[in-house]
Amino acid sequence: MRIAVCIKQVPNTEARLRVSRDGKWLEEEDLPFVINESDSYALEEGLKLAEKTGGEVVVFSLGPERVKDALLKALAVGAARAVHLADPAFLGGDALATGRALAAAVQRESFDLVLTGSQSDDLRFGGTGSILAGHLGWPHVWLVMGVELEEGNRSAKVTREMESGVNELSRVPLPAVLEIQAGINHPRYASLKGIMAAKKKEIARVTPADLGLDAAQVGAAGSRLEVVSVAFPESGAGAQMFEGDVKTAVAALVDKLRREARVL
Amino acid sequence: MARIWVVVQQREGQLPRISWEAIAAAQKLAASAGGGKAEAIVLGAGIGLAAAEVAKADLAAVHVADHEALRAYTPGAYIGALAAAIRDGKPDFVVFPHTYQSVDYVPRLAQEVGAGLLPEVTGFDSGEGGLVWTRPILGGKLQSKVRVKGEGTVLVSVQSGAFPADSVAKGGQVDPQPLAVDLAAVKPDREILGYEEVAGEKVDLTKANSIVAVGRGVGGADKLGPLEELAKALGAEIAASRPVIDNGWLPRDRQIGSSGQTVAPRLYIAAGISGAIQHLVGMKGSSVIVAINKDPGAPIFNVAHYGIVGDLHEVVPALTAAVRAAKG
Ligand SMILES: Cc1cc2nc3c(=O)[nH]c(=O)nc-3n(C[C@H](O)[C@H](O)[C@H](O)COP(=O)(O)OP(=O)(O)OC[C@H]3O[C@@H](n4cnc5c(N)ncnc54)[C@H](O)[C@@H]3O)c2cc1C
Ligand SMILES: Nc1ncnc2c1ncn2[C@@H]1O[C@H](COP(=O)(O)O)[C@@H](O)[C@H]1O
Repeated sequence: MRIAVCIKQVPNTEARLRVSRDGKWLEEEDLPFVINESDSYALEEGLKLAEKTGGEVVVFSLGPERVKDALLKALAVGAARAVHLADPAFLGGDALATGRALAAAVQRESFDLVLTGSQSDDLRFGGTGSILAGHLGWPHVWLVMGVELEEGNRSAKVTREMESGVNELSRVPLPAVLEIQAGINHPRYASLKGIMAAKKKEIARVTPADLGLDAAQVGAAGSRLEVVSVAFPESGAGAQMFEGDVKTAVAALVDKLRREARVL
Repeated sequence: MARIWVVVQQREGQLPRISWEAIAAAQKLAASAGGGKAEAIVLGAGIGLAAAEVAKADLAAVHVADHEALRAYTPGAYIGALAAAIRDGKPDFVVFPHTYQSVDYVPRLAQEVGAGLLPEVTGFDSGEGGLVWTRPILGGKLQSKVRVKGEGTVLVSVQSGAFPADSVAKGGQVDPQPLAVDLAAVKPDREILGYEEVAGEKVDLTKANSIVAVGRGVGGADKLGPLEELAKALGAEIAASRPVIDNGWLPRDRQIGSSGQTVAPRLYIAAGISGAIQHLVGMKGSSVIVAINKDPGAPIFNVAHYGIVGDLHEVVPALTAAVRAAKG
C-alpha cells in the first residue's frame, strides 16, 4: 500500500514558553520543536502497514524551514520520501486552510491510505485530518486506536476511542483517512543507519501554485479564524505553594494536609 | 438578530452534562448577539424523551431529527442530516458540545457546508469589531484569543466545564418539532460492528480514598518505585496520565481522564502531570489536589489546592518520609 502520513512540528510544551513581540504566537528563538505526539504514532502505524503490505510511506508537513528537522526524523525511521509545504503563504492557517493545502498535496499522487494524528498539541483543532478527507471524498475516522486490514486491502477494521473507556469497532472502506490516537503502537527509534540514509532521501518543496491553489486559499489568508492574541491564562485562586528547600516544603505540606485539609 | 443553533448530544435518551453546557453557551451567545433565543437540534432514533428534556430550556425551537439511520452514530448520517438543515436555515453559529463524537464529524461538516470551524472554546467576549473567543492552546499553558472573519455559518464547540450547566435558563415554552431529514443519498462511510470495553477496566479507581497519580515527568517505568512507596505510605492507589499508559509504564486500567476513569477521591496527588484538559476532567472533582511539578507555569497548579515546584524525584521520597513520620 502507498500511505501518506501528515506530521506537524510543534513546540515542546515542556520548554519555557515566551509570547512573541506581536503577541500572536511564541518567540521561536531557542524554542525546541518536536514531532506532534499523535503524529509519531500515525507514522509508526503507517510504517507497520507499509511493511506488512510491501508498500511505502510518504510524509507531508506544512510549516516553515525548521519543519525539515521533523521530516528528516521521519525519513530516518523509514519513510521513503517527504513533501514539505514550505511556502510562507501556507503559514498561520486554521484547520480548514491547512486541511485544504494538505489535501491538494496528497492528491498529486495516488495513495491507498492517509494517516494523520488526532490533534496537534499546539493549536488543538482536532479536525485537519477530517477536512483533508472531505476534500478527497474519502471516509475518515477520528481517534483511531486500532487498524486491521481486511481482504485485498479494500477495507479495514477500525477501532475508535470513545469517552470513558469504550471503543467503537467499525469496517471502513479504503481509501480512507485515519486520524491516529496516541498509544495505538510503540513508535520505533531511528537507527544510526537510518539517520545516515535519511540524508539521501528526497524532501520535495511545494508552493500553493504547485498544488493548483491560490495563495489566498491557504494559510492565514485562507482561514476563517484570525488570532487576536495569545497569553498566559490568569491563574484563578491558584494553589497554595510551599517553597524553600525540599524538606521544609514537604513538612509544611504535610502539616496542611493534616490540620487544614484533614486528609491524613 | 443572529441565528444561534445548538446541536444537543444524547445517549439512549439521556443528556450528558456537556449537552446542557452547550445549551447554556448557545443561550449566552444568543443574548449577547442581539437578544434572540437559540434553537436546538436533537439527532437520533426514538429520542422523544431527550427532546422533551431539551424543551425544558428556554429556546425558540427544538427540532428533532428522529430517523433510524441516526440510531447508531455515524458521521455520514449525522453530516447528511445537519448539512441540509444548515444550508436551509443559514444560522450564524451552531454550537456543539466538544466531545469525542462531535470532533469526529463537526470539522467535516464545516468543510462540507463551507462553514468556519472554531473548536473547543472556553469563552467569548463581545469587544470592538465583534466577538472575541478564547481557546486553550499548547496543552492549556496558553490561551489564544481569536476572531472569526469572512461570511457564513461558524461551527463552534465548547469545552467541558466552560459554560456551567446550571446556568441554563429553563422555562421552555415550545414543543419539539420534527426536522425532516432525507438520508437516502447518504453513503455509509463506516459500518458499525460493535462496541467494546477497553482493557476490561480491572481496577476500579473510583472507590479509592487517595490516589497518587504519575505523569510523563516521572521519566520511565524504572522510576516508579518511590511513587509506589508514597502510595503505600498513604494507603493510596497508583494511577497515571495517558502518556504513562501509552508508553507502557503502567497498565491501561490505571488511566485517569476523558478516555480513562473519572475519580473524586479525598486526596489526589499529581506528580509530573502538566494538567491538560483531558486529564483534568477525570480528577478535578477531587476534594484535595496536590501538585508536584518542576514547571511553575504548569496548568495543574490552577486546579490544585496545594503545590510544590520541584523535581519529583526529590520531593516524592521526602514526602513519603514526612507522611510516615506524621502517621507515626
Ligand atoms: C482525545 C484525547 C484524549 C485524551 N485522553 C486523556 C486521558 O484520558 N488522560 C490523560 O491523562 N490524558 C489524555 N490525553 C492526553 C492529554 O492531552 C495530555 O497530553 C496528557 O494528559 C499529558 O500527560 P502528562 O501531564 O503526564 O505529560 P506532559 O504534558 O508531557 O507533562 C509532563 C509534566 O511533567 C513535568 N515534569 C517533568 N519532569 C519532572 C520532574 N523531574 N519533576 C517534576 N515534574 C516534572 C513537566 O513540567 C510537565 O508539566 C488525551 C488526549 C487526546 C487528544
Ligand atoms: N502543518 C501541518 N503539517 C502536517 N500535518 C498537519 C499540520 N497541521 C495538522 N496536521 C495533521 O492534522 C492532525 C490534526 O491537527 P489539528 O487539526 O491541528 O489538531 C495532526 O495530528 C497532523 O497529523
